[in-house]
Amino acid sequence: MAKYIGKEMSRVDGVAKVTGKAKYAAEFKVPNLTYGVIVTSTIAKGTITSIDTTEASRAPGVVHILTHENYPRPSSGQNGGGPRRGGFRALDSAQIFFNMQPIALVVAETFEQARFAARLVKATYKEEKPMTDLIGALDQVPGQQGARTRGNPAAAFEAAPVKIEAEYTIPIEHHNPMEPHAAIAFWEGDKLTVFDKTQGVSMVRDHLAGVFQIPAENVRVTSPFVGGAFGSSLAPNYYPALTATAARVVKRPVKVVYTRTQMFTGHGYRSHTWQKVSLAAGRDGKLMAFMHDSRNNSSTIQDWVENTTSHPRNIYACPNALSIQRPVKTDMPPPCAMRAPGAVSGMFALECAMDELAYELKIDPLELRLINFTDTEPDSGKPYSSKALRECYHLGAEKFGWKDRSFEPRSMRDGRLLVGWGMATGVWGAMQVPASAKVALKVDGTAYVTSATADIGPGTYTVMTLITAEHMGLDTDKVKFELGDSNFPTAPVQGGSFTTASVGSAIYGAAQNIRQKLIDLANKDTNSVFKTAKLEDTELLEGKLCFKDGSTGSVDIFDLMRRNNVTVLEDLYTSRPSPERQNYATGAHGAQFVEVKIDPAVGTIKVTRVIEVTACGKIMNPKTSHSQEIGGVVWGIGMALHEATEVDHRHGRIMNPNLQHYHVPVNADIHEIETLFVEEDDKIVNPLGVKGMGELGMVGIPAAIANAVFHATGKRIRDLPITPDKLLAESI
Amino acid sequence: MKSFKYSTAKDATAAVRTASANPTAKFLAGGTNLIDLMKEYVERPSELVDLTNLNLSQIRATSSGVSLGALAKNADTANHPLIRQNYPLLSMAILAGASPQLRNMATNGGNLMQRTRCQYFYDTAMPCNKREAGSGCGALEGLNRIHAILGYSDQCVATYPGDMANALYALEAVVRVRGTNGRDRTIPIQDFHRLPGDNPSKDNNLEHGELIIAIEIPKNNFAAKSYYLKVRDRASYAFALVAVAAALETRGNNIKRARIVLGGVAHKPWRSTEAERLLIGKPATQETFEAAAEAALRDAKPLQHNGYKVELGKRAIVLALQRAMSGEVA
Repeated sequence: MAKYIGKEMSRVDGVAKVTGKAKYAAEFKVPNLTYGVIVTSTIAKGTITSIDTTEASRAPGVVHILTHENYPRPSSGQNGGGPRRGGFRALDSAQIFFNMQPIALVVAETFEQARFAARLVKATYKEEKPMTDLIGALDQVPGQQGARTRGNPAAAFEAAPVKIEAEYTIPIEHHNPMEPHAAIAFWEGDKLTVFDKTQGVSMVRDHLAGVFQIPAENVRVTSPFVGGAFGSSLAPNYYPALTATAARVVKRPVKVVYTRTQMFTGHGYRSHTWQKVSLAAGRDGKLMAFMHDSRNNSSTIQDWVENTTSHPRNIYACPNALSIQRPVKTDMPPPCAMRAPGAVSGMFALECAMDELAYELKIDPLELRLINFTDTEPDSGKPYSSKALRECYHLGAEKFGWKDRSFEPRSMRDGRLLVGWGMATGVWGAMQVPASAKVALKVDGTAYVTSATADIGPGTYTVMTLITAEHMGLDTDKVKFELGDSNFPTAPVQGGSFTTASVGSAIYGAAQNIRQKLIDLANKDTNSVFKTAKLEDTELLEGKLCFKDGSTGSVDIFDLMRRNNVTVLEDLYTSRPSPERQNYATGAHGAQFVEVKIDPAVGTIKVTRVIEVTACGKIMNPKTSHSQEIGGVVWGIGMALHEATEVDHRHGRIMNPNLQHYHVPVNADIHEIETLFVEEDDKIVNPLGVKGMGELGMVGIPAAIANAVFHATGKRIRDLPITPDKLLAESI
Repeated sequence: MKSFKYSTAKDATAAVRTASANPTAKFLAGGTNLIDLMKEYVERPSELVDLTNLNLSQIRATSSGVSLGALAKNADTANHPLIRQNYPLLSMAILAGASPQLRNMATNGGNLMQRTRCQYFYDTAMPCNKREAGSGCGALEGLNRIHAILGYSDQCVATYPGDMANALYALEAVVRVRGTNGRDRTIPIQDFHRLPGDNPSKDNNLEHGELIIAIEIPKNNFAAKSYYLKVRDRASYAFALVAVAAALETRGNNIKRARIVLGGVAHKPWRSTEAERLLIGKPATQETFEAAAEAALRDAKPLQHNGYKVELGKRAIVLALQRAMSGEVA
């Protein structure tokens, strides 16, 4: 009987966050600190012909100005070693790859002085004409290179009685976490310390060790709190190495904080995608062929493939499938992962296409999904370790009242407003990756747990505390969990929705080992009742080692430690995916039902009601889990109705790099959202039975909204975001 | 941000004197727009004259109507009983603008002075004649989905971004200004803002150093039938794609007086006396409204990406008039 798992728990770091005690990267107090302000390019492509820092150098308080002309490069070559994720190194050369590329770093005694002097740095360029528009370059990579085929899709499509084909586009979107990216770096001899905003301290440590050609143990990266990241800190980004280089040059600590505008070219973005979907079915609704051709904008520095096709080709039973996904080089910064990368873009296209097919077939959209439901993964033929998607559909439909939906578009009204009901399917992986954690059980009745993971907002501090308390038999207030320090046991980046599955399993493993150590300790006593006990028959409960089935005999673990003069029992555990996973397909799923109300006169859209039902294994902490899913829905609303990074292709420059012009939903855009879980009992995915949920929550939402807009108006808007002007152009 | 001198003033005349003495001085009231623009290096005043201590925040009834102090906060103005009862159009317009936090800081005078939200104006790396005369207009053939369809020039296609002023145009307000000679003058609101012509850097007809003291609104009979409709990309904290301030005075079902002002379509609030003329003396029907809407947008010349504003403007006028007739409150 679980004491903590599955029960609501408030965030252990909540009070620290709302009282300002939680320190974010830029907030650490470091003596003798200098401030770096980045200067960015005003062209998108070409070379810097001259960079004049004379006037800037003379400005009050300026300590040093770094440009490509004086940037120190490590002996191993100008790029240095280490992973090149993100692909771009600041001040590497005179070449300009994208607009608002960093061209100088001004370091001064105060932030204000650095910012003022940054305006005085003057660059001249030899400018070339940039190409930044994906749509103008779709045929850059012709043919079917890299296509994945199942069956004979072209022939099946040709032969099918019912088919639809449509093109969908999604603009560039930016993560826009509240906290801007920032680093403070200082050197002590050849030892480097960096406070960073990151999703992975181990990853940044290895990157910096590579850049500076120093052993990883000489680098310490800490990031105890992160004010949202959503993928924007999954790679090292260019600023930590830039900051650390500046600190080495000026021989003082340096702090660099991106402006909101610099965040638009400083860490990547969700790529612009164009997708063509061809679906064919029999009159009974059974899918016969699915062809998915996807392009995304990338950079000239490094290719980024938006993985739009992997989930769509496996979500429905369909014998014939063709998937193509290709990057198109543009003079833009490299894209990166953004919440539900690939999946939300790909599922937007497929789930809108499924709705279009449903109308072609005159079959209810939910019914069409049920007709094509699959219990095995189409590509591999493997059964799913668990997949309660059917239950999600049924529960969601019931909660939403889907049976009262009238099929015809424009058939439902609320006064003068058009009402639309739409639905879609959501999917994400149930990944686990190697991760380490160390648990120390202390004789004073507490446990101290560490792992170099991150908490970018989902509630990692809380869930790890909860898992430790559960498996160590302690109250949650006796557990202290710490993360975000590269000196802690190595953990993967927080991304892919695999943290609880990976780091949680490491804590679980360590707890098992410590229980075994306690059994061994107890068995030093000749009268021990645990002499023949199997580990799996025992548990730690309320400070006691005891039998799960309630058999008589238990021992107070702290008493036991005291008697044996043991002050601490430690275990460092590295968890890995089990071999058994190989026999199964794994995934997390969900069903989304959405109501929109649209003013037919002026085209304004309100998402008045959302029911989201999610099946992602065991729910550890319902409170933070619902927060995750609600946040996912809000992200989906933003993607569907608001978000778009606008590029002036003449200049290759982002023209809305601020929160005034780049719209995310505000409170007034958010109405009723209800999130529900269908729990799955799945110990194949990992010993805790948890699956990812952070990305999943948004995956089906944009399509469900677009489908609801169609149901309300009879108009298909296939180009996100769906704004009043687009609806009006369709003359509603 | 460039270093600047900071001064305070004990009264309006002193403030005008200080600002007049320095051609690159600016007044600071709520600062909700000016400070942002200074951070972006768009505004680079050498001196800020802080108006906080001036006694200009009363909202009071006068024999001819109401007087709004220039330093009264937007939020206090919108929620003032005199305004809610007698000028609900103004309340609705103010509350449609910005966010609650900004309305708590922003002042009435500052609201009239706010500058365009054209993206090119904000980006000092891009051409913008309004920010830097002679550098060109980035939006004319660039991203211009949110730009003007009426009254623009090839020098500037920016729009005036505010909501409050649209209602003030409909209510025929008068702006009271302390002149550089220390005497007050009044400017009918219709003449306050200007079209860009060949000098888009100048948003309005104030002389340098002149200070808005108050905004005076005459009595009217529009309170029962007025409506402010704002169409935007999200439900709050967004500038208008198109906004309509509509006010009607009726006798029976016939329209006696009418005011139609469009926001988000030009370099200043765009009052259509032509549309008003087509409403006056007519029955308040859909047909009448449509004819007026047609007339209001007749001269519209959309740019590449804002053609939707013509149709949207017409529909918004009709909808605003319908809602004004039904006595709805936005």
